Amino acid sequence: MKRPLKVLIAKPGLDGHDRGAKVIANALRDAGMEVVYTGLHQTPEMIIEAAVQEDVDLVSVSVLSGAHMTLIPRIRELMNTSGLADVKLIAGGIIPDHDAAELKRLPGVAGIFGPGTSTKDVVTFIEGLFPGR
Amino acid sequence: MPQLEELLAQFANGDMRAASRLMSVVERGGADAERVLDAMFPRTGRAHRIAITGPGGAGKSTLINELARAFRASGQTVGVVAEDPSSPFSGGAILGDRVRMTHAGGDSGVFVRSLASRGSENGLSALASDLADVLDAFGRDIVLLESMGASQVETRIRFSADTIVVVLTPEAGDEVQTLKSGLLEVADIVCVNKSDRGGAESLAGDLDAIMKIREKEGHWRCPVVMTSARDSDSVARLTAAIADHSRYLDAEGRRVARRVSSLKARLAARIDDSIRSAIWQSPMLTQRFDAIFERVTAGSLPPWRAARELAESLHIESRSSR
Repeated sequence: MKRPLKVLIAKPGLDGHDRGAKVIANALRDAGMEVVYTGLHQTPEMIIEAAVQEDVDLVSVSVLSGAHMTLIPRIRELMNTSGLADVKLIAGGIIPDHDAAELKRLPGVAGIFGPGTSTKDVVTFIEGLFPGR
Repeated sequence: MPQLEELLAQFANGDMRAASRLMSVVERGGADAERVLDAMFPRTGRAHRIAITGPGGAGKSTLINELARAFRASGQTVGVVAEDPSSPFSGGAILGDRVRMTHAGGDSGVFVRSLASRGSENGLSALASDLADVLDAFGRDIVLLESMGASQVETRIRFSADTIVVVLTPEAGDEVQTLKSGLLEVADIVCVNKSDRGGAESLAGDLDAIMKIREKEGHWRCPVVMTSARDSDSVARLTAAIADHSRYLDAEGRRVARRVSSLKARLAARIDDSIRSAIWQSPMLTQRFDAIFERVTAGSLPPWRAARELAESLHIESRSSR
């Protein structure tokens, strides 16, 4: 039996707005995925621990605070040193294009989604990461 | 992914990532899952398993977070299996129990695994018990199982744990509800949660009166504990009640007896599942089902008679009259 794709959605850092994360969580569920939602104010360490314990196929973080250039590389680095090197990371939030371009150059950062991204595009992108699932 | 043998060796060395990956192997089912469960079985039986059940929104996840904190403070390691429903439409699920389990983050002594129900109609699926086996074999002292929001008739849960805690809130209803059959009958401990809300004391009083009526000489007397996640003393009263129940089980071989009947029920459920799926997958049934269903839709055959005819044609003796 196949397991549906399992995705962790996390809100790292101090911003308290998780409408976007919830909208994405709903869209992924409607696309047949199992979504583990962590809630607000997660440290990178908490996110990594959740990803390890849940054995997710993909980690997705939402950052609206402006701290994406610190948080996203930190999360990626911790994933690599915690046995999650083969798990991909995507991020969404208020991330300017030039920052997005720089983050996407990090190995293992599969995609960065800015404001106005349609949920359909996110679903299609994730499904594309896992051909045959 | 590493080979299964390698994962099992890492698991034996206490590697959390390996344990987590083995749980996924179990979730996917098939021959590999059976090999993992075979390896787990001889190592199980050490953990105290506690099922937390009750209606949705009663505060089960929050309470589990507080219990995990309390067990950690006493030096015990904790595993949690938290089940949430899958959508019957998309098959997807939102597993939100971690939102309340803030204590888990950053403490490797608490291992939380979320599970989607994937069509299981029980508050706790058979898979939840399998994952609890992995956590037990991993050496966790306490394994907490959180059911989905449970209905009144959800009584199979009693086979999934050593101690069953039923969580209610003051909004649960009047004393007539407490008299009804079902969930309350399988409780080893009843918890009136959100006890800072109005009506908590009167509900706890009603429940306690019922438990007193049901009390039997020489049997466990189900305590009623008022809790609020804001009040650590109340959580301490709950852990004390759990410890009392654990001591009760250890006396006179009760724990073993209880586990034997749980094993029997788990086995029966497995057999039930495999017989069911074998029957529904047989082409003979599908063929006859379509033919007989046509007669039902045409109005020439009532459904109960169709069911009996079909069962008899498959040589299944139908005992129910309709």
